[in-house]
Amino acid sequence: MAINLYYYASPATFYQLSGKLIPWFGWSAVILTAIGLYISFFMAPTDFQQGEAYRIIFIHVPAAWMSMFIYLVMAFWGAIGLAFKTRLSFMMSRALAPTGALFTFIALWTGALWGKPMWGAWWVWDARLTSELILLFLYIGIMALWAAIDDPQRGDRAGALLTLVGAINVPIIYFSVKWWNTLHQGASVSLTKAPSMAKIMLIGMLVMAIAAWLYTIAVALYRVRTLILERERNTDWVKALVEK
Amino acid sequence: MLSFLFTVIRRDLMLAARRRGDWLTSQFFFVMVASMFPLGIGPDPVTLKLIGPGVVWVSALLASLLSLPRLLAEDYRDGSLEQMLLTPQPPVLLALGKSLAHWLIYGIPLLIISPILGIQFALPAEAIAVLMLSLLIGTPILSLLGSVGAALTLGLRGSGVLLTLLILPLYVPVLIFGAGAVDAAMAGTGAESHLSLLGAILVLTLLVAPWIAAAALKVSIE
Repeated sequence: MAINLYYYASPATFYQLSGKLIPWFGWSAVILTAIGLYISFFMAPTDFQQGEAYRIIFIHVPAAWMSMFIYLVMAFWGAIGLAFKTRLSFMMSRALAPTGALFTFIALWTGALWGKPMWGAWWVWDARLTSELILLFLYIGIMALWAAIDDPQRGDRAGALLTLVGAINVPIIYFSVKWWNTLHQGASVSLTKAPSMAKIMLIGMLVMAIAAWLYTIAVALYRVRTLILERERNTDWVKALVEK
Repeated sequence: MLSFLFTVIRRDLMLAARRRGDWLTSQFFFVMVASMFPLGIGPDPVTLKLIGPGVVWVSALLASLLSLPRLLAEDYRDGSLEQMLLTPQPPVLLALGKSLAHWLIYGIPLLIISPILGIQFALPAEAIAVLMLSLLIGTPILSLLGSVGAALTLGLRGSGVLLTLLILPLYVPVLIFGAGAVDAAMAGTGAESHLSLLGAILVLTLLVAPWIAAAALKVSIE
């Protein structure tokens, strides 16, 4: 059975579809988070080097993955929107940005919490930390641009262009920061983890990552619904929905 | 095609030449910001030498940012930008010409002033030469990337601060390789690799930025 993408690209039909999908994604996110936290706190063994403090990676690593991945997904939707002029793609991009910024912030915050007992410092100008910080700046810049533009159509396309410029720049930023870091910080801490990780730790991390995914989808769909209602407030179907 | 490009550049140069006060503000800003650092940190030449390349480069970034609103905003306000976009000439050339003019007007003077700042920070002569070279390659990148930001924020409220927020993260690689080249020259490891990478970024930006700036111009003027 082929799914008619054009059918679901219409905000009115997508509104109905997303309404049905949100509980599924939301509840599976809750359940998987519970399982993931159980694995990470009760089943995963204590690390012999890092003690109990290592357990923060079960939140830190999925958050860091999500922060980068959401940016790419935003750029993808922005590119689709610019290429096909689909309103819904821009709205998806807008709906994802706050969650991406949130995950970036969580990754930085948990990184600091982990760094204090491990490195003895809240903040180290490590390559990954620094690029994560710059990623947060990029998210903030895009959201500030959206906030400053009142006309939704102009805002959509301007934001998509900026997201694309950022997406081209992210790898360049990452490698330049990495190089800068190795040049300036010869003998400092290394983030490279122990080569082998206990299987149960990896499973816990993966479960948490999938939970983060599902949460992101649920929240983004919820936000998209709000955006659709706001944009389509003058159409008949929204009026009918309100009167119901 | 090329004559259009030259016309755009010549027009901007002429406008800048007739408004010299405007033009000088940005250069004085560059000198003043850099001069604040020794006052805040202390006159110890060893420390100054250490932070010098970074401070001069950060000041150059800020001075370039400060002059970005003049890249397009004035033409937007008096309507001439719209007229230029209405001509049958490709908007990409308009964006490219505007960025090149911005570099000639605001980038080149930074390059010429930088040796004075180098002396303030007790940099050796070879390091100053590398500083100028890195600014020569780096400042056009700043103008090109800046044209994207200037086009995106055209006519928005508080566009100055917004522009900083959008563009500064994108300037990071330029800052790293620019200041890194001078550091490497002083450490004796040779600045060539930094300068080559800076050149690579320049080529990439030259290929991509005018197209995106042209698209952003079309989005902003409708």
